[in-house]
Amino acid sequence: MWLLAELTYKCPLQCPYCSNPLDFAGTGKELSTEEWIDVFRQGREMGAVQLGFSGGEPLVRQDLAQLIKAARELGYYTNLITSGVGLSEHKVASFKEAGLDHIQVSFQASDESVNSMLSGSEKAFQQKLKMAREVKAQGYPMVLNFVTHRHNIDQIDRIIELCVELEADFVELATCQYYGWGFENREWLMPSIEQLTYAEERTNAWRQKLAVEGSKLKLIFVTPDYYEERPKPCMNGWGEVFLTVTPDGTALPCHSARMLPLEFPKVSEKSLKEIWYEDNGFNHFRGFEWMKEPCRSCDEKEKDFGGCRCQAFMLTGDAAATDPVCSKSPQHHKILDARRTDAQLKQQNEPDFIYRNDKNSRVFFKQ
Amino acid sequence: MISEMNHKIPALNPHFRLQWEAAQESHVLLYPEGMVQLNGPASEILTRVDGVHSVAQIVDQLQQNFPEAEDLAEDVEAFLVDAHEQNWITL
Repeated sequence: MWLLAELTYKCPLQCPYCSNPLDFAGTGKELSTEEWIDVFRQGREMGAVQLGFSGGEPLVRQDLAQLIKAARELGYYTNLITSGVGLSEHKVASFKEAGLDHIQVSFQASDESVNSMLSGSEKAFQQKLKMAREVKAQGYPMVLNFVTHRHNIDQIDRIIELCVELEADFVELATCQYYGWGFENREWLMPSIEQLTYAEERTNAWRQKLAVEGSKLKLIFVTPDYYEERPKPCMNGWGEVFLTVTPDGTALPCHSARMLPLEFPKVSEKSLKEIWYEDNGFNHFRGFEWMKEPCRSCDEKEKDFGGCRCQAFMLTGDAAATDPVCSKSPQHHKILDARRTDAQLKQQNEPDFIYRNDKNSRVFFKQ
Repeated sequence: MISEMNHKIPALNPHFRLQWEAAQESHVLLYPEGMVQLNGPASEILTRVDGVHSVAQIVDQLQQNFPEAEDLAEDVEAFLVDAHEQNWITL
């Protein structure tokens, strides 16, 4: 089991593709240090090994070193998923001492101007470079995560060069997914098929070059499912591997699931065990009984579980529908339309992003 | 190649963590956002990889612990070559 602890929704950046919920400004009080540690203990008792500290920006939590220490003592492999903004040489060292195993730093682009445009912060890029170097200097394995989209995907060579320079161990070249703020900004983010094809070709060329040079750097290229004909096996099945706990202690089968018209329990109300095994929200899309046609009789249902419930809900209004990414879905035209209108027609327009910040979130919270 | 292996001193790549997982009833190798579950022989070998003992010494230890096993050298060396390719250990 994989436990993702979204420690806070606070974040100094405003990335328009953020997957946090739109109405995060209306979320309840954050869990205390003791409440988080209790969640970690319960998760470990249920066999969870991997623990991700995420957010928002987890560095905003002043008790992060304390949480890392407790998690490590429980036997977790601890992953910090951060923008690097708010990190310092001292913090990198204190987290190491607390037992942190791995740091993933996310980048918005390989050069300062695109990075600043997207994250809404001028200083962020230089800070990220500095911190990525610090992470390596202090002996951590490092994953660099580049969220790619229309405005930076053509710089793929420069992005990979930068990762080699920074001595990353793994690089995720993840074409952004359209959830949360990303969905609202889809028309300004989606790359064209030509851009994608080029980026994938360049990534493959780099893989060959790195292999010849004996480099251990692993490049992971994530194609956006909007360009697929079959849906992704979302979360490796609903309630199978992943458990996310949001800042206010709501337990979810995936970090986007709060948008669904289902009730999800709080860790303050029920034990993690009760939540995982008995809760209606968690049981709702387990197995195959909930499926409708064309999924129900499909011979691929055990491979992709009908795709993503959140995507089905966002695009069709029915969380139990076939994910429209699937070409068998009667609503597949919504994906084809998005490819045509968002990725092609709006390619030349200046982006008019809705940035992920408190002010914009309050608008969604009121709705 | 195999005779060259004897004197080498394998060490676990510090980017991986080896630990016993009661839930899986096995040793696992942990790395960023992932895990490899080790089978019995793999865990017997990797738990002896400590950056101090040579490949020959590890083979000796195993041979003593499993006296009924046939000559283990070839299998252990093949596994370590594979583990090195996977970046789990340095040689």
